[in-house]
Amino acid sequence: MQALDQAPAALAATPSGAPVVALRGVTKRFPGVVANDDVTIEIRSGEVHVLLGENGAGKSTLVGMLSGLQQPDEGRIEIDGKVCVVASPKQALAMGMGTVFQHSMLVPSLTVTDNFALGGPWWKRPDRAGIAAGIRDTARRLGLRVDPQALVSSLSLGERQQVEILRALMRGSRCLILDEATAMLTPHEAVALGELMRRLVAQGIAVIFITHKLNEAIAYGDRISVLRLGRKVGEIDPDALRGASESENIERIIALMFGTSEKGESVRRVQVSRRLGDVVLTVEGLCCDAGRVPVRDISFSVRSGEILGIAGIDGNGQKELAEVLAGQLPRGSGSILLMGSEMGGASVGERRNRGLRYVTDDRLGEGTVGTFPVATNFLLKDIGADPFWRGGIERPQEIRLQAERHVRDFDIRTPGTQTPVGKLSGGNIQKVLLARELTGAAEAVIFAKPTYGLDVNNIRTTRKRIREAADSGKAVVLISTDLDELLELADRIAVMDRGRLRGIVGNDDDARDAIGRLMSAGDDE
Amino acid sequence: MTDEQVVSATAQSAARTDTFPRLLRVVSLGVGPLVAALVLGGLVLLLMGFNPLSYYAYVVQRAIFSPSGLEATLTRMGPLLLIAASLIVAFRAGIWNLGGDGQYLLAAVFVAAIVPLMLGILPVWTNLLLGLFIGAAVGAIWGLLPAILKAWQGLNEIITTLMMSFLGVSLANVLVKLAFLDPATTTPQTRTLPVEARLPRLFDTSVSSGLIIGLVAVIAVHLIMTRTSFGMRLRLVGANPRAAIHAGLSVPTLTIAVFAISAALAGLSGAVDILGTHGNVRADWNPAYSLTVVPLVFLARLNGFGSIAYVFLFSALTIGGESAARRIGVPSFFSLVIVAILLITLGLAEYLDKRHQERARR
Repeated sequence: MQALDQAPAALAATPSGAPVVALRGVTKRFPGVVANDDVTIEIRSGEVHVLLGENGAGKSTLVGMLSGLQQPDEGRIEIDGKVCVVASPKQALAMGMGTVFQHSMLVPSLTVTDNFALGGPWWKRPDRAGIAAGIRDTARRLGLRVDPQALVSSLSLGERQQVEILRALMRGSRCLILDEATAMLTPHEAVALGELMRRLVAQGIAVIFITHKLNEAIAYGDRISVLRLGRKVGEIDPDALRGASESENIERIIALMFGTSEKGESVRRVQVSRRLGDVVLTVEGLCCDAGRVPVRDISFSVRSGEILGIAGIDGNGQKELAEVLAGQLPRGSGSILLMGSEMGGASVGERRNRGLRYVTDDRLGEGTVGTFPVATNFLLKDIGADPFWRGGIERPQEIRLQAERHVRDFDIRTPGTQTPVGKLSGGNIQKVLLARELTGAAEAVIFAKPTYGLDVNNIRTTRKRIREAADSGKAVVLISTDLDELLELADRIAVMDRGRLRGIVGNDDDARDAIGRLMSAGDDE
Repeated sequence: MTDEQVVSATAQSAARTDTFPRLLRVVSLGVGPLVAALVLGGLVLLLMGFNPLSYYAYVVQRAIFSPSGLEATLTRMGPLLLIAASLIVAFRAGIWNLGGDGQYLLAAVFVAAIVPLMLGILPVWTNLLLGLFIGAAVGAIWGLLPAILKAWQGLNEIITTLMMSFLGVSLANVLVKLAFLDPATTTPQTRTLPVEARLPRLFDTSVSSGLIIGLVAVIAVHLIMTRTSFGMRLRLVGANPRAAIHAGLSVPTLTIAVFAISAALAGLSGAVDILGTHGNVRADWNPAYSLTVVPLVFLARLNGFGSIAYVFLFSALTIGGESAARRIGVPSFFSLVIVAILLITLGLAEYLDKRHQERARR
């Protein structure tokens, strides 16, 4: 823990060094798009250099070129001031560029040590004891706790990432590239990763941190380069970054990212008071033991036009609650009333027919079928319904027309309605889900982490859709791990902790404190 | 040329170069692997000391260009197509029914045992319809246990269907030798269905109308899977069971339905083979059609029409190969060697195509 405390001090003392890696005038084209256009970026040792940009801004292509997966069409890459060709990932590693990708590249069925031994010469027995000692040593130096004998499958996503960072360092990386490293992490793990980055740069490592989250960029970055549509549109150097307040920095970055100042929207509580109608959804004493986290004694009611937020740290039964409400998990006891009539025993399809919609957070895992066309994915929950099927026979014309309507109304960016949905970006897949769940006669909508993993622009449109759903008189249950999102949208906020609701507070000026108290009260038990 | 002309000319040539390679790609992906497989198979024949050209010429001549050979090829297609339909339903719904051999053989044995007994009691056509129904029912019953275990216990159906297949084949043998023995013969076999009581022949040929049943089944299955809401539900379960649950489908019910249809089609195949071609079942007889057709439907990417083409090809290869075995001495199993090589060349072609596309994208 000592290392952690010293990290900021060490940082202040370390002057930014010479560029370890530099991209100079790099351009990369793909058929039909310019992914990077004349980008010049310098990466210095002892600095966390944040590459910030929306999905499709060209961040991943830059990573691809630095890690040897892709070659620039124009411009050059310099390492230690010398022009280099990074022809392969192996070569990138040899030059000291280590990349940690968003999705784990470890073999889950092997131990940490064996994962490190992979890639060694095949004719030699791996020196497991030596590797394990090296892991412990490096981990201690960074203030991490890693068990070399642990199976990778037993580690959390955050721990796996730490292991990957360790591996990159033990292979001699001087420049560490973290590609969307926080996207899959819980908020708590993301903070831990931020602290780890600070400790890495304190030891003179250069870190490239790719993200689309503003707050992370400002919290952990020394230098921020903003990419937009393949171009670098601005850079904020360490002095400017430290010299300004957080809100000034946010304003400046948003101006760079979108070309406008979005001051109005960054202020919290844009939520306007709606006229609330009758109670639509009532849950009483709901229990369920079927899921991973047991849900206990949940009671709440939501009125027409109201947004009930459910706050809490991820994995405290929110997902299970959503699934019990939607009918995907069997209810143990308690009642679920929609418009006054019991539907606790109804099937998923019946609940949907009666006006309950569920926007899942697992968009590719259960929300869509990646290999099916966009048009088909709009209809996954209405298979056989008139007018898309008549007498069980598909009517392609109707299906196409509806798909075109959805694509237009929800501004879905897709090459066509027959494109497999898996080829779309995360934001557009979410729009497909929203189009499916928000059209037709819905009474109540459950959103599970609706903006999780989306970029700023898509977050904004998704939130707008949620607000519109409530405005049109639907009862909305909004499950989110992002407190600011709840404070922006919800009328009342419930706090969920270990499968129970700890309390419900109105969204007024001291809601944040009240929620904080409820969360910590749960910890005392 | 003005600027506009230049632009339109380049656009045209771009369009042409765009469509031409696409055509080339389809042709090379479809025909290339087949040619390669035949060439590689020829090399194997050379190594075995046979002349590949005369072997292939003989096979094609006997199986396609001689009237009796073509009729045999088409007749053989009937049961194979029913097996293909059985597999397409299952595989498209993500269920590996590999127990088709047991379902087929048990159905064949029951049909061969019961239908001759009913001769004279019922008219021939009711007899045949009843025979087809018995075959389908026996097949479906033999698929029931794996279906229940899969639907409610989540037990891996690859293992259970294979196990049930071994059991079914053995049980069929036992039944032939002990229960359904024809007392009039010394060789262990069931009573033989007289030729006039079998499935009618088509026109003036010796082609069994089983071919029509097979064609109808495979095309119906194809259309059901691609054009109807029922088929869409099955495909959804097959592609992503969690999405199916999320969409409110009853996955267990659909699983049972898939097993029932698939196993019934396999059983129907057995009935058609007995009622159309063999007339009886001899002990220790097991053509193992189901496992042989598995690669064929995959080569056709579970497409019904593609399967018809592949089944025709395979049927011709086996019929021609069987007479080549008698005449030239190449073992009749050689047709399986061709199918195996074809699987490999097709996989290679797909791999190369994917790599080529990826390279083009870069």
